[in-house]
Amino acid sequence: MIYDVSIIAILIFIFFVVAVIGLSFYFGKKTTSASGYYAAGGQINWAVNGIAFAGDYLSAASFLGICGMIAFFGYDGYLYSVGYLAGWVVALFLVAEPLRRLGKYTFTDALDAKFDSRGIKLAASISTLVVSVFYLIPQMVGAGALVTPLLGLPHWVGVVMVGSVVIFIVATAGMTSTTYVQFIKGGLLIIFSVLLTVFVLVKGINTNPGEDYHKFISINASIENGKVTGISDASYKLLGQHNEKDQTFVKLEKEGINSWWKLNTTGAAPVLEEALSIVDTKDGKKLYNGAPKDARKFFQVGHTKKIVVDGKEVESTGPVGPFEFIRNIESSVIVRFAKKSFTFNDEKVTVFYQNPTSGTDLMKPGMYYKIDKGATFWSRLDFISLMLALFLGTSALPHILIRYYTVPSQRAARKSTIVAIFAIGFFYILTLYMGTGAMINGGLDVESSNMSAPLLAKTFGITLFSIISALAFATILGTVSGLIVAASGAVAHDLMDKYMKIQMTESQKVRNGRIAAVVVGIVAIILGILFQSQNVSFLVGLAFAIAASANLPAILMLLFWKKTTAKGISWAIGVGMLSSLLIILFSPTMYDIMGLPPDSAPIPLQNPGIISIPLGFITLVAVSLITKNKRVQESK
Amino acid sequence: MIHKNTVSVEKDNSIKVKAKLGIILFFVYLIIYAGFVFIGTVYPQVLGFKVISGLNLAYVYGMGLIVLAGVMGLIYNFFCTRFENKMNKEEEL
Repeated sequence: MIYDVSIIAILIFIFFVVAVIGLSFYFGKKTTSASGYYAAGGQINWAVNGIAFAGDYLSAASFLGICGMIAFFGYDGYLYSVGYLAGWVVALFLVAEPLRRLGKYTFTDALDAKFDSRGIKLAASISTLVVSVFYLIPQMVGAGALVTPLLGLPHWVGVVMVGSVVIFIVATAGMTSTTYVQFIKGGLLIIFSVLLTVFVLVKGINTNPGEDYHKFISINASIENGKVTGISDASYKLLGQHNEKDQTFVKLEKEGINSWWKLNTTGAAPVLEEALSIVDTKDGKKLYNGAPKDARKFFQVGHTKKIVVDGKEVESTGPVGPFEFIRNIESSVIVRFAKKSFTFNDEKVTVFYQNPTSGTDLMKPGMYYKIDKGATFWSRLDFISLMLALFLGTSALPHILIRYYTVPSQRAARKSTIVAIFAIGFFYILTLYMGTGAMINGGLDVESSNMSAPLLAKTFGITLFSIISALAFATILGTVSGLIVAASGAVAHDLMDKYMKIQMTESQKVRNGRIAAVVVGIVAIILGILFQSQNVSFLVGLAFAIAASANLPAILMLLFWKKTTAKGISWAIGVGMLSSLLIILFSPTMYDIMGLPPDSAPIPLQNPGIISIPLGFITLVAVSLITKNKRVQESK
Repeated sequence: MIHKNTVSVEKDNSIKVKAKLGIILFFVYLIIYAGFVFIGTVYPQVLGFKVISGLNLAYVYGMGLIVLAGVMGLIYNFFCTRFENKMNKEEEL
């Protein structure tokens, strides 16, 4: 899709970026010690830290990814909200205080506090690096997705911009600046999400989302022996048809512009329904609805076909309350857009056709994760795997865990976690309304599921769109900063200082941390460009699965099982991390990214958690028992 | 200037009792969360049933899990603070 660039959007965007950089520069001057760089000196107020937790956690995945997934798949996107928030229960009840007691700067410090083992240092630092990089990918993808509509720049430019700004922020500042940036950003994100939700509820549900919304048309068709032989509108010319299993797509031409339509034979008479199309022509051009992208013939979609209130069909509900909104959505029929790709006359055609879906089906799981109609053993397992990874992943994310060292006490760690639960939980409740709002108010860009929240804001005016987009961009800046601090800590503090025992002064430690931040940032930029087309929330689900598989068994067993040994921890991290990475590598998603048929992937799971998390626990127990016995025998 | 070490040096006599409470509350939440996943996997159609004022079980259960996390967090903090105040004060005496 092509977006009109707005001066207001550019100004607001520049204001946000300059404010973030200014703040970083201000706090950067105060950071002269490793403690200051990695843990903000442990002096952050618990309430500030709690909102900063929210800022860290409410990343591109939450704001862009979840809202987008809800907008495209209904309740299945909301499963991420439920799972992400539930993960904080594990953090609060099991991890927060014990980890605060054990740690110094990083997650590796905490794991290694009892053992002083080189194996743990190596395994935990590599795991921190891998998880952080996997979490960085979706942030970068989100940045690219945002910059296109906001500034009219290509996706890769957005990725490079975020990478460069964040490298500058982290390389000049550290955890103090990251904390205050996250605090401000987390607070603003919640405030503007409330505003957007209020707009959605006040507008209510309408069959016509707005004056600018595209009016979809239908044309009567005549069929003979399954072939479309004529159409009722003489201004169109019939060019051909493509049959794909039980679906028929028809190519028409009007005033030199080709368009694709879907044949619908379910009504009293067969009709052709207007669809969106992207065609890669034989001469290498890309046509959007039959014309080049610049012609702006491609448009935002998403509307309600039928609204039923108290048993009566209406055109509009008017302003509604939060519960009434959900009830009315359930009794409505919403037009989603399904995608079908095929080859026609040597041209690659992708059609996005209208797919009316009942609100009842949309407001329960099953549209993305096949657990009801058309469910298989593997699709059900995928659902369980996702919910498990989300539940156990939060408290194993290194960039979240390091925030327990920025507060002065255990009590502060606990209180800041509770503040985070309230702030994050409240935001996640809003995602259902923002995502559904985008679904029914023309907030969908069929090319990118990551743009729904900003596009929803756009339907309420360019200023709100600009603020929401700039805020989303700042969200990414903040989260990426936190991740890069965690990753640079793994390299400079855990690997170089603790594992390799390189003698460094305090200022050398900080300098090496900053160099590591630059390198990790560059890697993240490259990966962000490669993973461009993926939903950011889905990608974060993978990062959660790796974190939960590699780190969580080590953290929990260290805290609650006395027989845990250093080798048990090292092996568990290694096995959990490698198994989750291998499952992802051979999953349908990776096959799709690598250009291979997704159906040919040897492991049909999208999320590895269900296999790799138990494997991490089993490895830890088995290796700990083996190494414990050896130690006992040796002592005899 | 920020120079302080972040290693915790505070003495706390309530560690064990707080950990026990945390584990109990964790398992309570885990059972309720697992119930949601179980219903979604084995009886997904049940999530579509209307349960409270026209809202389906998926919405009520999902929203309930989010709200419950906050409520349990407050309960946990209330008791932990009491344990800390009481047990650390006893030692001081």
